[in-house]
Amino acid sequence: MNPAPSVKTLMIDGKDVSARADQSILDAARENAIPIPTLCHLDGLSEAGACRLCLVELKGTPRLQPACVTLVEEGMEVTTQSPRLEKYRRMVVELLFAERNHVCSVCVSNNMCELQDMAKQLGVTHVRFPYRYPRLPVDTTHERFTMDHNRCILCTRCVRVCTEIEGAHTWGVFGRGVDAHLITDLDIPWGTSDTCTSCGKCVQVCPTGALFEKSKVGMQSQKNPDFLNYLNEMREIER
Amino acid sequence: MSKATLATIWLDGCSGCHMSLLDMDERLIELSPQFELVYSPLVDAKVLPRNVDVALVEGSVSSDEDEHKIRLIRSRARILVSLGDCAVTGNVPAMRNSFPVDALLHRVYIENATLQQQVPTERLPVLLKRVRPVHEVVTVDVFVPGCPPSADTIYSVLKELLAGRVPDIAALSRFGI
Repeated sequence: MNPAPSVKTLMIDGKDVSARADQSILDAARENAIPIPTLCHLDGLSEAGACRLCLVELKGTPRLQPACVTLVEEGMEVTTQSPRLEKYRRMVVELLFAERNHVCSVCVSNNMCELQDMAKQLGVTHVRFPYRYPRLPVDTTHERFTMDHNRCILCTRCVRVCTEIEGAHTWGVFGRGVDAHLITDLDIPWGTSDTCTSCGKCVQVCPTGALFEKSKVGMQSQKNPDFLNYLNEMREIER
Repeated sequence: MSKATLATIWLDGCSGCHMSLLDMDERLIELSPQFELVYSPLVDAKVLPRNVDVALVEGSVSSDEDEHKIRLIRSRARILVSLGDCAVTGNVPAMRNSFPVDALLHRVYIENATLQQQVPTERLPVLLKRVRPVHEVVTVDVFVPGCPPSADTIYSVLKELLAGRVPDIAALSRFGI
């Protein structure tokens, strides 16, 4: 029998909460109905700490910490909303828009996009940084799906779902910094990949219009990542 | 009470934002006692007056003419509103920014033309190297994203501005749609 997991008590936004020692600040906050904005997090996948939207303030340290990959500690005092955090969260979203070509009006995911929603939620009405306008490829070689690098925010949900749930390890990240981009297998066209099972999980978890099903536009291209929790639950029962 | 003066200009955009403005329908009549439209693609005035209270700007800054227009209107407008995604983000016009202007003109007027294959040069504004959102060229006071911003959004923005208040844009509109 497993020993009982140890319980930590902490304070989030002035509210006393308790959490298991293996839980993140984000888990603890959401269990207590305290909202923290996220883009790369998805229930059912591991955490990547890629988007930095869930940054929170911890008492006693000047550095902001990502709530998704920071474990709870006894006596921790967490602040999830402050003018400073709002400033950085807005900046994160603006930089995501400036980095690649997110043309919402002509995007397949227009009105169904987590980045677009996040901009509205955080009150981003314009981008203060100069847009980069990089020239990026669109991979249409796969029979059923398209990868549009213009819309990718490198959240790596596709990489994680392909590895952790499908077990195919098709997606990966190539390059560093501003040159980082997604690749299939050893940087070959998606349609020629030996490992891709064409399951489409990557498409369903993609928060933007970077991955989408061919010939589906508008409301037809609504993403549905709910299968993740179902699959995880079923696997838990089988174990 | 004297009426507020309103101007609207159309830079590099599809005129959809002006269409959305007209979509306010009877609410235009409701607001009309409060303002006078002194300069706009929708009226006959040919000269921008010296003092404009509110200027609505549709479209991005794509040519030397756009740049001249936006600087002039900035110098004469008390409140300058970036109206719609082209003005706010560059939007579709800015999709050409990933290509050099020469290559773009060649593609459009030579490669894809069947008759009179030539790049037009005379009596036309010169394209800037890059299409820019309005706020990269002049100071913008109010940002109204949306492609186009809905008639409801434009109505709320105008109503608030005419009443001397700052509209809460994030609650009204967003990029795209």
